Order: sequence, then C-alpha cells, then structure tokens
Amino acid sequence: MAQMIEQKSRATIKQRMTKLNESMQSSQAWNSIFRPGSIFRKGYSDSPRNRSYVVMNSVLYHLHPVKVKRHAVKVSYTLCLGGLSFFLFILLTITGIFLMFFYRPTSANAWQDIQSLHTSVTFGLMVRNMHRWSAHLMVLSVFLHMARVFYHGAYKAPREFNWVIGVILLTLTLLLSFTGYLLPWDQLALWAVTVGTNMMGYSPVIGSQVRFVLLGGVEIGPETLLRWYVLHVLLFPFVTVIFLAIHFWRVRKDGGISGPL
Amino acid sequence: MAGIPEHLLKRAQEAREKAAAGASGAAASAPADGDSRIPSELLDRNKSAVAVAEKPGSAVVAAPANGSVPFGAGPGGHTQRLLTVVKSGSIQDVKAVPVDKVHTWPHLLGIEFVAALACTAFTFMFSWFVNAPLLQAANFNKTPNPSKAPWYFLGLQELLTMFHPMIAGVTIPGMGLIILMLAPYLDRNESNRPEDRKIMTSLMTVHLMFWAVLVIIGSFFRGPGFNFVFPWREGIFFEL
Repeated sequence: MAQMIEQKSRATIKQRMTKLNESMQSSQAWNSIFRPGSIFRKGYSDSPRNRSYVVMNSVLYHLHPVKVKRHAVKVSYTLCLGGLSFFLFILLTITGIFLMFFYRPTSANAWQDIQSLHTSVTFGLMVRNMHRWSAHLMVLSVFLHMARVFYHGAYKAPREFNWVIGVILLTLTLLLSFTGYLLPWDQLALWAVTVGTNMMGYSPVIGSQVRFVLLGGVEIGPETLLRWYVLHVLLFPFVTVIFLAIHFWRVRKDGGISGPL
Repeated sequence: MAGIPEHLLKRAQEAREKAAAGASGAAASAPADGDSRIPSELLDRNKSAVAVAEKPGSAVVAAPANGSVPFGAGPGGHTQRLLTVVKSGSIQDVKAVPVDKVHTWPHLLGIEFVAALACTAFTFMFSWFVNAPLLQAANFNKTPNPSKAPWYFLGLQELLTMFHPMIAGVTIPGMGLIILMLAPYLDRNESNRPEDRKIMTSLMTVHLMFWAVLVIIGSFFRGPGFNFVFPWREGIFFEL
C-alpha cells in the first residue's frame, strides 16, 4: 500500500500553484471582481498594455517607471532594505499619529499619558510597542541598506550624489530615533538623552550654544521635552520626507538601481 | 567601405558576374526570364506600361534600354539596388542599448507588497509578545547606574571611556560621517566588481565591524559604573 502511494507521481509545487491560480481565476468571486463594470470599470485583463497602465495611470508613476531592469527585481540583490526602510517610515508615521492623540509633551503629563495609554486605551500598548520596535528596526534597516549599497559599489558614478543624500538620511534616521527616545519621560529616556546630549556639548566653538538651543536650557527639563516633541513629530519627519523625495527621484534619474555585478 | 555585411558583398559579386556573362553572351538580348528574380507577370505588366507610356502625348518617357528592361535597371532587371549600407551608430548617435526589462507591475510591486506585509506581520507579532520598556517616571535626583545612551550611540559612549569627550563624541563620529559622505569622491575606481575593489570592501568591513564591536561591548559588556562585565556572570544591563 505504501509503495503504491510512493509510485503515484506527486504534483510539484509549481503545478499545484498553477492549478490553484487557474481555479481561483475561474471562480465566481474572482469574476465578480474583475469582470467589466465591477470594481474596474473596464475590467482588468492581464496584458502588457494593462500592466503598463497600472503604473502609468496612478500615483505610483512618481515612484516607479513602467519597466525596470530584470535584475533589479531580484530580492537577493537589494534584500528589499531600502524599500523596507521607507515602509517602516510609513508604519512609524501611522502608529506615531495614533500615539499623538494620547500624549501631551509636558513633564507633568508625559509619563502619565504613556502609562494610561498602556492600561486604558484600546490597542494603546500594542501601537506603542509597534512604534518603538519599528523605530529600532528602521535604524537597523537603514544601516544595512547603506552597507548593501556600499558592498555593491552602487555609490559610484552616476550615483555619487544620491549616496550623500543617503548618508544625510541615515543621520536624520538617528536623529528621529534619538528625539523620540526622550518622549516617554521615564528614567531610561531621561538619562539616555542626558548621556547623549552631554557629548554634543563638547563640539568645538558652537557646542554649548547648540546644546542650549536643543535643550531649551543648560540642563534637560520641561522645555527640552516640548522642543524634542516638535522636532520628533514635525521638523525631522518634514526634512526626512524632502530628502526621501530627492533620494527616490535621483534613483530613477541616475538610471534605476545599480547594475548587476 | 568597411562594415558591409558579408552576404550583401556576396550578392553584389554574383550580380556583377552575371552582368558580365550577359554582356559577353548576347549584348542585345534581355536576360532570360529564369535569371530574373522579378516575377514574369510583373515584368509583363511593366512592359505594357512602358508601351502605354511610349504613345504620343506622354511627357516623360523612360527609354527602355533593350525594349524590355526599364531604364536604369540593374542586372537581372532590378529597378533598385543597394547603394550603401549605413550602420546605425555611424551617423545617428544611438544611446539606448537594449536592456532586459520586466514590467513593474506585477514583478516589482508584487515583491514590494509581500515585503511590506511580511514586515508588518513581523513587527505586529514581535509587539504582541515583547512590550516596549517604560521605567519609573523621570527623576532628576536619581541617576540610574549604569546610564546608557540609545544602542546606536553606545559605540560613542564606549569611545568616551578611552578618549577625551571632544575626540570621542565629536571628532571621531564627525570624521567618520564626512569620510562616509565623501566615499564616492575619494574612491576613483570605476569598477563595481567585488574582485576589483578588495581594498574598499576591506576598509568598509573594518569600519562597520569597528562600530558593531563597540556597540556590542557598550550594550552587553558594560555594567554599573560603566565597568566591564561579562553578561553571563553579572547579567545584562541593557534596555532597548
């Protein structure tokens, strides 16, 4: 009996996927979605023309060309790191906006607000966790993206300037993460930022002035919290978005991602 | 005239030979129909057209050389011939080299979508099981021991134990950042093949490892008073 089962040739995964695909596309549900007049007013059939239109007739055209080099879609080349960094930035924006509803950047309220976010806001703890872990993940993925680009020699002509933009974005990522670090206003935040900003004060010539402006005083205090909150939710995201736009634009203008090695 | 394809040269040579043979054989006779590559019915039609044109009143008459072949026709009765071959790139500046490309949809967008989903799923599940730290409310009078910067700055904090704060906190990271930005302008090697860039690859690896090792030491091997500890003996003094 066991032998008989062995002998019966088993469908490969590819065959199964093809079969699944066929049965899915011939199903009632599929046809009700993709038939002309439904969600797509003229229906959607898979043709080179329609594939072009998907990009060409949508906002995606700002990000992607209609066609890309075949090697550019190999995950083993890019490891998706740049895209994931951008996606984490979006995820952080969404979760961050949620957190802003429940947070007041004053030394009297900040810690209490986080505390009640944990205990009395639906999904509050969950969203805060996601915000924090995504932030650490983004620092990591931006760093790895930089390493990937370097090891592929992708910073070479004509992409030199985009590399410079990339290093600026790395710095901005660190600043975004560091300014967010203070906001929970707990012991971890306060003293980590104390350590970090003490180093800043040693910059030659302008060190103590920069430190004074950033802290809103000679020491970390309530003013610092408000300043870093504004930097974290407004100024740095704003600057980052501008540099992201330049970064993505230059990727396309410099001829897509770098060639195969 | 270099660059004329082989087969065209051969064809011209054959035509020249055929013309020479025809001329030496019978100067007045038209080439045999069998030799011509133009179908006979077309030649007949041409003949009748010439005959019509020869009637009085017509303005321009193409005088048939032999009565059957149109004026100016090549050997074998061809009414056109190859003057020269202009290879693309000799006159026009052809910039576009054909590249193997695929449609962004579905090939790239599909991958991006899956990557985004996987990333969301990962952060969601991780957040489900691991809570973000929230210690006691900030207290200016109680300094925790050790006080550590966020993990990505722990390399700098580690340097602080070795150098003057200005060197560790400003000069070294500042120089690192500037050299990193200038990398494409300092590295004039145009090749991006790994075997041609062993020096740059090694330099970058040393640079990355330098920070990675410092961050790991700062994170896990530093305990109270920022003294060196072994995490498996004294425990981990690290909050993410």
